[in-house]
Amino acid sequence: MSVMKRVSLIFKAKANKALDKYEDPRETLDYSYQRQLEMLTQVRRGVADVATSRKRVELQMAKLQQDQTRLEGQAKQALGAGREDLAREALSRKASLASQYSDLETQYQSLQADEEKLTAASQRLQARVEAFRTQKETIKATYTAAEAQSRIGEAVSGISEEMSDVGLAVQRAQDKTAQMQARAGAIDELMASGALEDMTGTPRDDIQAELDQMRGGQDVELELQRLKGEIGAGSAGAIEGGPAGGAAPAQQPQAGESA
Amino acid sequence: MIVRILGEGQFDVDDSATDELNALDATLEKAVNAGDEAAFRPALAALLDRVRSLGRPVAADTIKPSDLIVPNSDADVAGVRDLLTNDGLIPG
Repeated sequence: MSVMKRVSLIFKAKANKALDKYEDPRETLDYSYQRQLEMLTQVRRGVADVATSRKRVELQMAKLQQDQTRLEGQAKQALGAGREDLAREALSRKASLASQYSDLETQYQSLQADEEKLTAASQRLQARVEAFRTQKETIKATYTAAEAQSRIGEAVSGISEEMSDVGLAVQRAQDKTAQMQARAGAIDELMASGALEDMTGTPRDDIQAELDQMRGGQDVELELQRLKGEIGAGSAGAIEGGPAGGAAPAQQPQAGESA
Repeated sequence: MIVRILGEGQFDVDDSATDELNALDATLEKAVNAGDEAAFRPALAALLDRVRSLGRPVAADTIKPSDLIVPNSDADVAGVRDLLTNDGLIPG
């Protein structure tokens, strides 16, 4: 039998269970309505969960972006100081962050799509629940139990199908969100443990330390030159014209835009 | 007839489209039975596209059961098998 037919039969069986539950079909209406309200709450919670997850990924993306900018700055600084090895190291770390970033970006888009779908589903369900409530009151007011039977069948089956559909969508989103939260948690842990931080974030990371040390050495050198000048020893007096090319201030424009 | 795409909503499709949809569905069924993910994806996409283009969305305040139900667009073979074999998985 075809896929479409089989799926619809399974949904119908599910609806029939709900219909068979009560002797007075009008009770089925109230029971079903109760379930609809619960389902609406569940969908809204689902939307909120996905949104929370999305925001978390957003924060991580911002952090990774920052770290990449910092690494690029360090690479420039290192190049300016003639330290191509350091620049290379900074750029290779930046590249590994970039791949993490694009991974997060994919997750972000997928979460965003889920959020939109669930929001639309929740609006649809809301509209149908409203309509159901009206129908329910009409049926209860107008028909005897026997008459109500046939009227109720279609409404309850229809709304039950809708709830099953929305319920499945929430379930799918929750499964996916749980997976993503696990991954996001792993990245958070990495950041907290300093594994990512040491590489990039803190001012005391090793690349920065070496750059600072070089700058420190440079400052000492400049200070030395100044003192020598003051004493009037008359050596190579011009500060800028110092002999150590590598220690010149980092102004060379060719310092690569290698990003 | 009313066709539901899971996760998207219901569409009102003219009965005259039954044969065409059944043919697309047969391809999909074959892929599901064979567990052939590579064949499954385009088959599902083709069926969904046809339902969307032939059908008119059913108003949100209309409450009717569907004649046919198509799996969600991001489903995979395993997901559809779950749907077909285990109605306990359906919440609500």
